[in-house]
Amino acid sequence: MLRLLRRRLLQGVPLILGVIIMNFLLIQAAPGSFLDVMSAESQVSDPAMLEQLRVTYGMDQPVWLQLVKYIWSVARLDFGFSYRQNMPVLDVILASLPATLVLMLASLLIALLLGVTAGVVAAVKVNTIWDNLLSFLAVLFFAAPSFWLGIMLTVLFAVKLGWVPVGGMMSITASNQGIVATVLDVLHHLALPAMALGLFYAAVYARVMRAAMLEVLSLDFIRTARAKGLGRWRVVLAHGLRNALLPIVTLFGLQFGTVLGGSIVVETVFSWPGLGSLMLDSVSSRNYPVVLGVLVFSSIVVILVNIAVDLAYLRLDPRIRAR
Amino acid sequence: MAGLDVRGLSVSLFTRGGVLPALSEVSLSVQPGRTLALVGESGCGKSMTALAIMRLLPEPPARIIAGKVMLGDTDLAALPERRMLGVRGKAVSMIFQDPMSSLNPVVPVGQQIMEVLRRHENLSGSAARTRAAELLTLVGIPDAEARLDEYPHRLSGGMCQRVMIAIAIACRPAVLVADEPTTALDVTVQAQILELLKRLQAETGMALLLITHDLGVVAEMADEVAVMYAGRVVEQGPVDAIFAAPLHPYTRGLLGATPSGGTAGRHTRLADIPGSVPSLAELPAGCAFAPRCKLAHAACTAQPPLKAEAPGHLAACFAALGVPAHAA
Ligand SMILES: Nc1ncnc2c1ncn2[C@@H]1O[C@H](COP(=O)(O)OP(=O)(O)OP(=O)(O)O)[C@@H](O)[C@H]1O
Ligand code: SF4
Ligand SMILES: [Mg+2]
Repeated sequence: MLRLLRRRLLQGVPLILGVIIMNFLLIQAAPGSFLDVMSAESQVSDPAMLEQLRVTYGMDQPVWLQLVKYIWSVARLDFGFSYRQNMPVLDVILASLPATLVLMLASLLIALLLGVTAGVVAAVKVNTIWDNLLSFLAVLFFAAPSFWLGIMLTVLFAVKLGWVPVGGMMSITASNQGIVATVLDVLHHLALPAMALGLFYAAVYARVMRAAMLEVLSLDFIRTARAKGLGRWRVVLAHGLRNALLPIVTLFGLQFGTVLGGSIVVETVFSWPGLGSLMLDSVSSRNYPVVLGVLVFSSIVVILVNIAVDLAYLRLDPRIRAR
Repeated sequence: MAGLDVRGLSVSLFTRGGVLPALSEVSLSVQPGRTLALVGESGCGKSMTALAIMRLLPEPPARIIAGKVMLGDTDLAALPERRMLGVRGKAVSMIFQDPMSSLNPVVPVGQQIMEVLRRHENLSGSAARTRAAELLTLVGIPDAEARLDEYPHRLSGGMCQRVMIAIAIACRPAVLVADEPTTALDVTVQAQILELLKRLQAETGMALLLITHDLGVVAEMADEVAVMYAGRVVEQGPVDAIFAAPLHPYTRGLLGATPSGGTAGRHTRLADIPGSVPSLAELPAGCAFAPRCKLAHAACTAQPPLKAEAPGHLAACFAALGVPAHAA
């Protein structure tokens, strides 16, 4: 187990390096820089001053040297400095990270609970009205873009019914409310964005779960479980689920990255103050150190999560553990 | 202890292409402490019979349409599923052909044994574990306590079948249904497993319904034999009578016997008979064996009844029952 962990971590290093290089070059190719925005917003107009800033930020140096320096600083967890927030980029990212993590976790929780349940029910009730209904819903949420779903949910639950707020993460009055009230307030704000992001993945999980469960239920050991006198649901939950969950675990790891990407879209729809909003803001202000920082940082997180998933898989499937 | 008495059991497959008669009026009986071997070519309905007894048929498409499965005074075929749950694994157990895939790969074998003890014997925690270890010892697995925590893939096929047997006998069932329990195993292991089944039967007095392709196994294990063809029992009787004087042309074919009597030997697998088993959708009217039968005659377009030729020795064949060729 530890050996595998070490091997995976070592494999992660070139991957992260590749991610840094690609994103760095991508940003280099993007037009303009934050200095253009500064001069356009007339914060700095003196050409000599601009030149001075270019030197300070190392932008006068050849690209390869900038890249090497960037890699070196990332290795020391230094993602550069953001002029806009007047803070190190890492601090800017860490300030926005909790909001995104909360949104992602809530979405994944919704996806897992709804998706796995729907998939199991559809498989057990295969070819019945329940199966058809759940498959229809899965196709619907699978096909609906999350921003569209977000807007529709907002129109229905926030605007028409007024059950939940339209956007944001907490009420302005929340800060002086005490911890329980604050948590409830955040959950209240969280409901819609988490649904908008989570329903798509619930649909994906439901489809995978249904297929996996159908396959598992046709295996010999399920017949053995029934021959023991176990009831239908006990067979499904005690013997089917554990085996059918294996592909879901893999999928969870593979999709963690796209969930992160999806949260960027959803955050902007719901003005959720996380990495997505930070990203959008930074792109429009040409605050490239932050953009690059978010990209590299989230890549590292995704790679780490995938390593964790591999290890979890190892725990779940004794046949792999043996190898 | 109660024996198993199957009476006129019929199972149909309700498929898109129509209703197929998978089992027709199958009658069998196994007394406590005795062994009935169920033989026949592939596809003749042996597993279907076993699953119907356990009420584990794939439904849909299969459904019991007639007959009784009597266990003592209880008709299993008529029990509601809820009550059948209390019978499976307790009064009637089953083991299968492929022991490796019959165990859950992600659950330690000890848990899989303890599960049935919890279900039927109300044993929990350490009591269940102790009993599971006893069962493993009983089925001849050394170092049982340590084996409880092994996963199935760490055990050989023979070991897995022993675990399956441990699960099956955990609640001292009256009837054990074994569907080709040794087919997937090495020859030496086969002998050990059969030996084990015999010993357990002697100890517990359970009735054994043993499905097999192997005449050696029949000779070794069985008291009675039932021969199936195309979903019907075509011959049934004491093992000695069947080997010495098979009545049905199909049985003779299986035994590699000549019509004048005398078998090719007990230690071979079933002999090949020219032609093949008709599919359920294209069963001929009357005797299903007729297209492959050298003795077929005009009467055989009707269904031959299963009749006693000697006491306890039944056959379903017009020729065997002495109906002359010119009768029809
Ligand atoms: N789902 C199904 N749909 C259609 N036909 C089926 C289905 N399941 C089984 N059958 C048919 O039922 C018949 C009986 O099959 P069964 O498995 O009982 O044979 P068997 O005697 O156990 O053969 P084997 O020695 O190969 O195990 C076969 O002809 C098979 O093709
Ligand atoms: S009934 Fe006729 S066809 Fe069938 S086995 Fe007997 S002789 Fe052959
Ligand atoms: Mg079979």
